[in-house]
Amino acid sequence: MNTYTSSSNSRESSTSHSQGNNQGGGLGTIIRMSIGLMVLCGLVYPIVMTAAAQTLFPHQANGSLVKDDSGQIVGSALIGQSFTDSKYFHGRVSSIEYNGAGSGSGNLAPSNEALTERAAQSFSDWKENNPQVAVSEVPADLLTNSASGLDPHITPQAAAVQIPRIVKATGLSESQLTQLVEKHTEGPDLGLFGESRVNVLLLNIELGQLLK
Amino acid sequence: MTLLGWVSIGLTLLLVLVLARPTGIYLARVFHSEGARMPLNGIFGPIEKLLFKLFGIKETNQTWKSYATALILTNVFMMLLVYTVLRLQGSLPLNPSGIAGMEPTLAFNTTISFMTNTNLQHYSGESGLSYLSQTLGITFMMFTAPATSLAIAFAFMRGIAGKPLGNFFVDLVRSIVRVLMPIAIIAAILFIALGTPQTFAPTETVTTLQGAEQQIARGPIASFLSIKELGNNGGGFMGVNSAHPFENTNGINNMLQIVLMLLLTTSLPFAYGRIVGSAKEGRVLFVAMSIMFMMMLGIAVTAEQSGNPALHQLGMSGPSMEGKEVRFGVAQSALYAVVTTASETGAVNTMHDTLTPLGGLVPLGNMMLNTVFGGVGVGFVNVLMYAMIAVFLSGLMVGRTPEFLGRKLEIREMKLIAVTLIIQPILILVPTAIALVFYPETISNAGFHGISQVLYEYTSSAANNGSGFEGLGDATPYWNISTGLVMFFGRYISMITLLAVAGSLMAKRPVPVTSGTFKTSNATFGTIFVGTILIVGALTFFPILVLGPIAEHLTLWK
Repeated sequence: MNTYTSSSNSRESSTSHSQGNNQGGGLGTIIRMSIGLMVLCGLVYPIVMTAAAQTLFPHQANGSLVKDDSGQIVGSALIGQSFTDSKYFHGRVSSIEYNGAGSGSGNLAPSNEALTERAAQSFSDWKENNPQVAVSEVPADLLTNSASGLDPHITPQAAAVQIPRIVKATGLSESQLTQLVEKHTEGPDLGLFGESRVNVLLLNIELGQLLK
Repeated sequence: MTLLGWVSIGLTLLLVLVLARPTGIYLARVFHSEGARMPLNGIFGPIEKLLFKLFGIKETNQTWKSYATALILTNVFMMLLVYTVLRLQGSLPLNPSGIAGMEPTLAFNTTISFMTNTNLQHYSGESGLSYLSQTLGITFMMFTAPATSLAIAFAFMRGIAGKPLGNFFVDLVRSIVRVLMPIAIIAAILFIALGTPQTFAPTETVTTLQGAEQQIARGPIASFLSIKELGNNGGGFMGVNSAHPFENTNGINNMLQIVLMLLLTTSLPFAYGRIVGSAKEGRVLFVAMSIMFMMMLGIAVTAEQSGNPALHQLGMSGPSMEGKEVRFGVAQSALYAVVTTASETGAVNTMHDTLTPLGGLVPLGNMMLNTVFGGVGVGFVNVLMYAMIAVFLSGLMVGRTPEFLGRKLEIREMKLIAVTLIIQPILILVPTAIALVFYPETISNAGFHGISQVLYEYTSSAANNGSGFEGLGDATPYWNISTGLVMFFGRYISMITLLAVAGSLMAKRPVPVTSGTFKTSNATFGTIFVGTILIVGALTFFPILVLGPIAEHLTLWK
C-alpha cells in the first residue's frame, strides 16, 4: 500500500526544485527549532510529568520515603542502609557504605585479586560473627557487592542464615524470626519477573518494633 | 538458573515480538504517508502544524546533500546550546545541590555523547549535573538524538526504495511529536507508578535505623528514564544507571525498560518491508537478527550462571552476584546486558566490568557487530549496509552485477560502503592501542581484563552505545577528548556516506526482475547475511578479543 503516489508523480520537479539548498529551512529554522524543542522536551515535558506525578503518585514520586512510629523519616523503602549491629539483619557488602548521595560499587573484574581478597575478608568476618552457620551455606549475594552499592534487598536464604546470630543477640525465638522473614519475602513481580527477595530495611523496622 | 528465569526471559521477548510489527507499521504510516492518512492525525496533526509554523519548516524534499547538511548543522547547534548549559549550570536555576559548572573537556565529551545517542558518561549524575542540566540539557538531547536517527533511517529507506529522501526538519519534528513524546509520556507514568521518583525536591537527608545520617539523591528521574530507554539513549540519571533502585525499582520496571529498548529498533524491519513494498524483505532481516540475538543471549546467561571460579575456590557457591542487584538476579541481569548492547542503548542494570569474561564478551560482540538490531534508526541503516555487502559478495561469486531492490550496486556505492566499513575498526583499535601504551594507569583491573576495559570504552563510543566497564578511570582530559572524537566520527561519517548511497541509488533506473535476479527475501539470503556479518566481524576483531576476554576466561578456568 504505497501512499506516496501524489508526491512520486511530482518527484522530478520537487527534487530539482530543492536542488542545492535547504528548502524549508535555513539557519533561522535550525535556531528556532533547536530552541523550541529544547523548551518543549527539556522543560515543558519534565515539568508536566512532575505535576502529574505529584498529583497521582506523591509517595513514589518523592522517593518512597518510610516513616517510623513517631513519624520520623528513617529512609526510603527502595534504598538500602548500612546495618552493622548484630541484632539487625545485614544487607550486602557495599563499597560506598550505602551513601545514597551517590551510587556505585568497586567494579572489580572476576579475575581481580582485590575481589578475592575482599571476599576472603567477608568470609572471615562471617565466621567471626556467625559461628553457628558454615560459610558454605551463605548465599553469594551476602558476600558480594551489588551494582548500585544501595541494593535494598537480600535473598530469603541470605536472611535465613542470619537468624541464629540474631536469636543469640536479641533473645527472640527462631520461629518468630523465621515468620518475620517469611512475612517480608516478596516473590518475583507478577510471580514472574525478577527474583525472590527480602527488603532489609522494612524487615529491620519491624524487628526493631519487636525489640521494644 | 531456575526455569522461572527462562520463562520470564521468554515472556519479555514474546511481548517485544508481538509489539514489533504493529509498531513498524505505525512508523511506516507516520513517515511514509501524507496528512490525513497518518494514524491519530486528529491529535498529532495540529500540534505538528503549529510547530512547523513556529519553526518555519516547509514540507519540501531535500537532496541527500541538503538533508545531511541540515542534519549536521542542527546537531552542532544543539551541541552548542547544551554545552553552554553544562558549563554554566553552577549559576543557573534548578540547582538545589549547588553543583558547579562542568569542566570543559568533560562538557565537550558529555555534549557529544548525548547528541550522538551514545550517552557515555564520565560523570556521575548525582554529583555532576544540576536538575536543569538533567532536563534542559540531557532530556532534550535524549529526544533529538533518536529523532535524528529515525529521520535518517527513513530518509535512507525512501532513497533505496527509489523515493525522494524527504525533509530533515519535518522528519525530526515528526519523530518527536508522533513517536517519541507520546510513548515517553505513557512510559513515564508507568515508571512513576512502579516507584521511580519524579520530583524537583532536593536530596533528602534521613536518620537511619542505626542512627546514622543517610543522604538520598532523587530528582525528575521517570521522565528521563522513559526517553532514555525508548530512544536507545541509555545515559543514567544516577551514576549507576538502571542498577540504581530508584532508576529500576523492580522486576516489572525492568521488563518495561527492556521492552522499550527493543520497541523501535525491532519494528524497523517491518516498517522497511512496508516502505519497499514487500513484507518479506523486512521479515528475513528480522529473523536473521533474532537468531544472532538468541545466540548472544544463550552465551551470556550460561556464562553468568556458571559463576566465578576464583570465588568458588574460597568456598562461595552459585552464580556470579558481584555487581548484580538481588531483585534482578542472573536472568534479568544477563538479559538486560544483551538487550542494552544489541539495541545500542547503553543503560545497565548490572556492572559490566564485573561480568564473567564470556558474559562481558557478548556485550562487546554486540557493539562490534552493531547489527544485532542496533540502535534506533542508525542500527537498521547499518543492517541494510551489511545486506548490500552480502548481495555484493554473492554477486562476485556468480559474476553478476549485484542488485539491491532492483537497483544496481556499482563502484560508487561500494566505495562509500567500504569507507563506512573500515572507519569503525580504525576508530576502535587505533585509540585502544594508544591508550594501552600511554595511559595504562587509568586501567583499574590488571591483566587481560585491562585490555577488555579499554577496548570496551572505545567500542562503546564508536557504536554509540555508551555503556562502559566502569572501573576505568575515564574522567581525564585524554579520555574525554579521545572518546568524544570517536563518538562524533562514529556517528556522523557513516550517516553521510550512507545517505550518499541512498541518494545515489534513488537516482538509478530500476532494472527489471528476471529469473537470474538474486532474491533478498528468502532464507538463503538470510544465511548469507548472517554469515557476512559474522565473518567481517570476526576478521576484524577476533585478535583483540583473544587478548582480552578470551585470555581472561582461560586464566580463570585453568
